[in-house]
Amino acid sequence: MGELSVIGKSIAMVDAAGKTTGAGKYTDDLSLPGMLVGKILHSPYPHALIKSIDTTRARALDGVVAIVTGEDAPNQYGILPVGHDETALAVGKVRYVGDNIACVAAISEDVAEQALELIEVGYEPLPAYFDPEESMKAESYLIHPNRPNNIEKDYHHVFGDPEKGFAEADYVAEARYIANEVTHAAMEPHCTLANFEIDPHTGKQGRLTVWSSTQVPYYLQHKLSLVLELPMSQIRVIKPLVGGGFGGKSEIIPLEIVAAVAARAAKAPVKITYTREEVFWAHRGRPRTIIDLKTGVKKDGRITSVACTVIQDGGAYCSYGVVTILYSGALLGALYDIPNIRYDGYRVLTNKPACGAMRGHGTVNVRFAFESQMDEMATTLGLDPAEIRRTNLLKPPTVTVNGLRVLSYGLPECVDQVVTRSGWKDRRGKLARGRGLGMACSHYVSGAANSIIRSEMPHSTVNIKIDRDGGVVVYTGAAEIGQGSDTMTAQIVAEVMGCSLSRVKVIAADTDLTPIDLGSYSSRVTFMAGNAALRAAEDVKKNIMSAAARRMNCPPEDVILRDDHVWMRDGSRQDLQAAHSDTETARGHVDGQILRGSVLQTRKEEGARDHLSFEEAVVLAIDFHGALTGTGSYAPPVEARGGKHKGAGVGPSPAYSYSAQVAEVSVDEDTGVVTVHKIWAAHDCGRALNPVAVEGQVIGSVWMGLGQALQEEMIWKDGLVMNPGLLEYRSPSSVESPEIECIIVESIDPEGPFGAKEAGEGSLAATIPAISNAIYDAMGVRLREAPFTPERVLAALRAKRDAKKIEMTGGVDPTQPKTFREHGGSLWFRGKGPQRHPADQARLGATVGGAD
Amino acid sequence: MRVNGRTHELAVQPNSLLLDVLRQELDLTGSKRGCDDSSCGACTVQVDGVPMLSCTMLAASYQGCEITTVEGISDGGGLAALQKAFGDFGGSQCGFCTPGFMMTVRWLLANNPDPSEQEVREALSSNLCRCTGYSQMYQAIRAVIEAERKSDKTELAGATC
Repeated sequence: MGELSVIGKSIAMVDAAGKTTGAGKYTDDLSLPGMLVGKILHSPYPHALIKSIDTTRARALDGVVAIVTGEDAPNQYGILPVGHDETALAVGKVRYVGDNIACVAAISEDVAEQALELIEVGYEPLPAYFDPEESMKAESYLIHPNRPNNIEKDYHHVFGDPEKGFAEADYVAEARYIANEVTHAAMEPHCTLANFEIDPHTGKQGRLTVWSSTQVPYYLQHKLSLVLELPMSQIRVIKPLVGGGFGGKSEIIPLEIVAAVAARAAKAPVKITYTREEVFWAHRGRPRTIIDLKTGVKKDGRITSVACTVIQDGGAYCSYGVVTILYSGALLGALYDIPNIRYDGYRVLTNKPACGAMRGHGTVNVRFAFESQMDEMATTLGLDPAEIRRTNLLKPPTVTVNGLRVLSYGLPECVDQVVTRSGWKDRRGKLARGRGLGMACSHYVSGAANSIIRSEMPHSTVNIKIDRDGGVVVYTGAAEIGQGSDTMTAQIVAEVMGCSLSRVKVIAADTDLTPIDLGSYSSRVTFMAGNAALRAAEDVKKNIMSAAARRMNCPPEDVILRDDHVWMRDGSRQDLQAAHSDTETARGHVDGQILRGSVLQTRKEEGARDHLSFEEAVVLAIDFHGALTGTGSYAPPVEARGGKHKGAGVGPSPAYSYSAQVAEVSVDEDTGVVTVHKIWAAHDCGRALNPVAVEGQVIGSVWMGLGQALQEEMIWKDGLVMNPGLLEYRSPSSVESPEIECIIVESIDPEGPFGAKEAGEGSLAATIPAISNAIYDAMGVRLREAPFTPERVLAALRAKRDAKKIEMTGGVDPTQPKTFREHGGSLWFRGKGPQRHPADQARLGATVGGAD
Repeated sequence: MRVNGRTHELAVQPNSLLLDVLRQELDLTGSKRGCDDSSCGACTVQVDGVPMLSCTMLAASYQGCEITTVEGISDGGGLAALQKAFGDFGGSQCGFCTPGFMMTVRWLLANNPDPSEQEVREALSSNLCRCTGYSQMYQAIRAVIEAERKSDKTELAGATC
């Protein structure tokens, strides 16, 4: 491969200036002439039949242009083909507080809001289900009629012989772990602008253009087509800058379709922007999860068997739920060598906003349980927590017992790095009272080996166009959401083409211009779109090399493109190289020759040469081939697509990232406040294409895990989210954010672009157990319910010394959690939620676990 | 209304919010709406040099004040040192919160050219970021301070010669 000139260098994102100057446009920054504002009416009931909707008074209000309801777009959709259970606006029934009922398109936000108040909806409340274990017993008033017992999906997997494994174990640990619900809270609220053009031939509404804050433009195009009954070719989805996603924009959010339905009815462009409260209702976050985990080990720490039951509170719609519950089981494998696994997963429907994909999709809560139990086993067996992890390492290349192929595996080095950097051996267990160190590991996929909609289509395709100006234009469907997708694409193309970064322009995520790419989720972009970009660049480069070879009188394979110049191998490169630094910007002209005529003609008397500028070589190639284009695509190899069992499609990936972390915390015994002082995070990303961006992703993941570990929690009361704001849903501020030291480990994956793999999600899962293990090291209490809020830590400390139980957790000891509590936790709220149905059995059962 | 050194004559509703006027009337969309209740800081602008949250300010109350938005802080059409550093050090990922941070940090450095780490953390706590974990912002701010200090020394050295 030789020395790299663009890859591996820390560079600013190609769109950084637009972000720091405010010039970059997000969807809500766009407007069209005659644009209307859309506002959505939401359900105040968690579960109710809609008996009537009267919009007469609202329509009469001056400034209201259109009102649409469920009847205007009744086709069902959902992100998964097996989960088409949503409609853009409710048809006949609402299923959570915040469900969408009607949309008003009006000349201003004020008018639209007034109109919402004039819409009269007749409801017949139904009994509602809020606790997943209660919901699983439901036999009447089902949330969806075709889902018995309100179970969206359950899976029961057995790999190896788990019972034999437990029989061989010297010690078996077993416990229930609970992780409460968290949400993405991306800084940009969802926003969609939709506009129909008039068809010149029919004179009616024709093509639809939608600008939307989405991670998945192509899925949006597909679902719009389903609901609006328009051919996909008549729909253009454009993704402007997106202000963070974290999974919250990785499926179709109701407003994205509602805006188009409203625009169709209003015959004018309509923009809908969610308020922050609506963002919480749209949700699609990480479901609260119950994990019953049992692990058997030998005396030396070798794992013999794992049995895991997971119940996820999925909310009212399927969303990504089937994938989430499968990831929870599948990614028990591929981190350590586990010979026997039993997994029972239940995705349960409740009358709450739908949960979906969130950073570390499906793995995070199970990893919290697993790594906590591993720490506990190490303590019981008198082993060093770092050693027990080393004892259970995989030996790649390998295929795990549940069918996951692992090639590159940087976990051993990750563990070594954090052990060394944190002073683990000398400091663990020896810090002052109330201060401790904890370790945990995690991993994640570099994209799913099987796409959501099964087909033979490549997962990513990239096109490149080079014209006589020497500019390299890259067309990719990959969605930049702040993670650096465009920059990664530009870097890979520049490296392969041997040109400077400023010569490369990336046009991304516009379904009319860019070839299909599945979008930004499951950490797939660098691996898949990166590989496609690499292949596209090699494709177009071939033509330049052959044209240059003719000019240089040498075989094409002896032509080298580098630093905006074209050289002959063993030619004069060394002499000239010093004159051109890597950062030299593109010149963009060849002494006027591009306009006057071809280099070939003007220099035909010059004879053979051993050096050309990039533009000269491009012009030579264009004279021969016409405008230069190249295409590259990527589909995961068949060997990486997993086993044959039911549900085997989720979990397999062409490569896995690995992370090991050590957290240093202190615990205030009087207040229960946990302070994280520092986290050492080593992450195996294969190769860091842009180290500053990789560090940003790893630190951001760890930081988000820190939020879930200590303070982030959606608090529910009768299906109403009690903290739908950024002050109440407390993501860490700068004063609460510790130093996070990122250590990049490069295992150079054999199939990743330049060896690269995932960097943006995998670290998150290790942070929560690293902190809980550190709390154990500090105080000797093992918290099995996240987040570790002051009241939970205090309750655990008091339970340990048998002191009076504290009211704030309803007397529950978070080291032995049993069920979700209705409220409590971060906020002690005694307010009233929405009224439940008088016959609602859940109302009577709600006191279980100490609610109220 | 004075915005970024220019005077605009506007007719606004008494209940119009400053953020809406900036974004919708003046097309200065750099300031963002991330929440609705002054909890996230994405709408931060400077009013007479002081960072304030424009999403809960009535526009009509700020006639005659000098309002600066992120569009007004570039250095002669190029990036100001702070803007460049945020790009170079990864202080901005999705970028939605970045304009707000620009306004807050600019105020901090104008009033306290050499803040301690704790002072930086406290100043930044008025703004939320969901991507970066703030670490790379600190590096960017530190780099700007260092560069400023060096150029001061050079100027000083130049003056004594």
